[in-house]
Amino acid sequence: MTQSMRYFLFAACVIVLASTPLWAGNYIVRLSITIAMYSALALSWNFIGGFTGYPSFSTAAFFGLGSYAGALSQNAGVPVILAWVLATLFVGVFAAVLGSIILRLRGHYFAIGSFGVVEVVRLVISSWGSLTGGGDGLNVPLVTGEPNVVAQTFLAVMIVIMLIVLAFTIAVDRSRLGFGLRCIQQNEDAADMVGINTTRYKVYAYTMSAMFCGTVGAAYASWTGYIDPVDSFSIIMTVKVPVMCLLGGAGTVFGPILGAAAFLLLEEFFWANFLEYNRAILGAVIVVLIFFLPGGLLKVRYRDLFARIRVRSIQSRTAK
Amino acid sequence: MFHLQTLANGIVLGALYACLAVGFSLVWGVLNIINMLHGSMIVLGGYLTFFAWQGYGIHPLVALSFVALVLYCVGYVTQFLVINRVVNEPVLTTLTLTFGLDLILYNFMTVYYTATPVRVTLDLGVVDLGGVVEPVDRLLGMALALVLTGILYVVMRGSRIGRAIVAVRMDRTAAELMGIRVEQIYAITFGIGALMAGAAGAVFAMVYPITTNLTSTFLGKAFVVCVIGGLGSVPGALIGGLVLGMIESFAGQFFGPQHALTVGFLLMLVLLVVKPTGLTGIKGYE
Repeated sequence: MTQSMRYFLFAACVIVLASTPLWAGNYIVRLSITIAMYSALALSWNFIGGFTGYPSFSTAAFFGLGSYAGALSQNAGVPVILAWVLATLFVGVFAAVLGSIILRLRGHYFAIGSFGVVEVVRLVISSWGSLTGGGDGLNVPLVTGEPNVVAQTFLAVMIVIMLIVLAFTIAVDRSRLGFGLRCIQQNEDAADMVGINTTRYKVYAYTMSAMFCGTVGAAYASWTGYIDPVDSFSIIMTVKVPVMCLLGGAGTVFGPILGAAAFLLLEEFFWANFLEYNRAILGAVIVVLIFFLPGGLLKVRYRDLFARIRVRSIQSRTAK
Repeated sequence: MFHLQTLANGIVLGALYACLAVGFSLVWGVLNIINMLHGSMIVLGGYLTFFAWQGYGIHPLVALSFVALVLYCVGYVTQFLVINRVVNEPVLTTLTLTFGLDLILYNFMTVYYTATPVRVTLDLGVVDLGGVVEPVDRLLGMALALVLTGILYVVMRGSRIGRAIVAVRMDRTAAELMGIRVEQIYAITFGIGALMAGAAGAVFAMVYPITTNLTSTFLGKAFVVCVIGGLGSVPGALIGGLVLGMIESFAGQFFGPQHALTVGFLLMLVLLVVKPTGLTGIKGYE
């Protein structure tokens, strides 16, 4: 598929997603909002996990911090959009400071450290009851209006966030920064040797991967109107987002969006049909992904696949 | 007196944590895998012990060895059939795979056992040692945890299998050249990791209520103990466990119980950055 065809196809998909309120019911609209939201999260993770190859599992920490920062500033009287911007900046600064410390770790130690960050942030938020309401959670001022209009608004908001992250992804993909990050992914010591400032590049990638999670978190808080520590900092989410990215193709531009959409549609299907076993099926999907799609959906060579099937059928025919 | 009690609680807790984490540490050190299944395996061990006790009246001390055997087989088969295929892939792949397996195991446990907390109640009374009061079942749990950890230490030092595992941990290629079948050692190591998880679960079921919701808590403890003590060695896990037990006990006393966990995790993050080889300083694998 050529590059321009990819963009064309993607634009068509976005139009379909954005037009759901016109032709589908509330359920589909809600699913579309979720797809746009997780696409933005998976695209963000792609900066650190896909381009740079660092196994970061701190998505939930940034998402949760963003939702709390947004909710607290909204409760303090800040207008909605400004609150989202504030949450983005706050999470960005947090990640830059944190990143300059924990990005010195590699491999397994980095993975464990990033899990630890989620736990520490969650524990601090849930025990700082006077500010955050602790385990009782926090109410966020609801966006007033007709339920349908509100849903349409948030669909638009999530799609805009997704497109902004995508624009950043395309820019990084084509820039010096993206090239440097790919070098780090292949061999960090060699990248350092040829003059890439690895520490600075990694902090850039980590910060970018965090701040948009903050925006999404803040928008999510305004959408649902209520947040609590268990929901905002879930361990499932912190692994789900990388899995989506891997499913689509880590390090590619459109892979994370494809992966998020495919994953969520599968998940909806399992929720609807196998309520009791949905987690087990999710686990099975992960196992299948690791064994049979190690490069993700985008990296499957479909032409080779068809060629192989054709060769095989010819062989079996001649064998007869 | 007050602090002696806190100290005693810390030691009891610490021994349990050491037993809980030693299998996880072994798997990480030898196979270079972060085993997300570990928490669920502990809970599975606890449940099996409880249902053997409740359903058939088998004493937990007897059930423990059966549970350990069952978990060993589960671990061996899992590693041999599934994880061995990707054991040399980067951490992202192996961690995601074990997380997927964890979701499957967790789901089946919640369906079959439900999430109701269960506990083996032995009612052994309490002992009072000069003002320090400890329930006997906790002391029994502590003793068991220490004995199990000790047995693992002896096996790793003394037996042929143990030496082979240590050899694979030090240098995989050299071990292969010496005629060790690495794939099989991997499966055995993972089996031992699962065995220790099952045994720890059996011990926990005698001391604390067990529920499926505890899987991620247990896993988090294993992370922290491993990082504090250093990877892949039994003494490391023992020291890490005792340190974490003390920290939680004293932090709970001075800052309130809700901050005890936070202090443990913060210490883990600081240690990761400052001294990733852990307090014992035994060099771990990248």
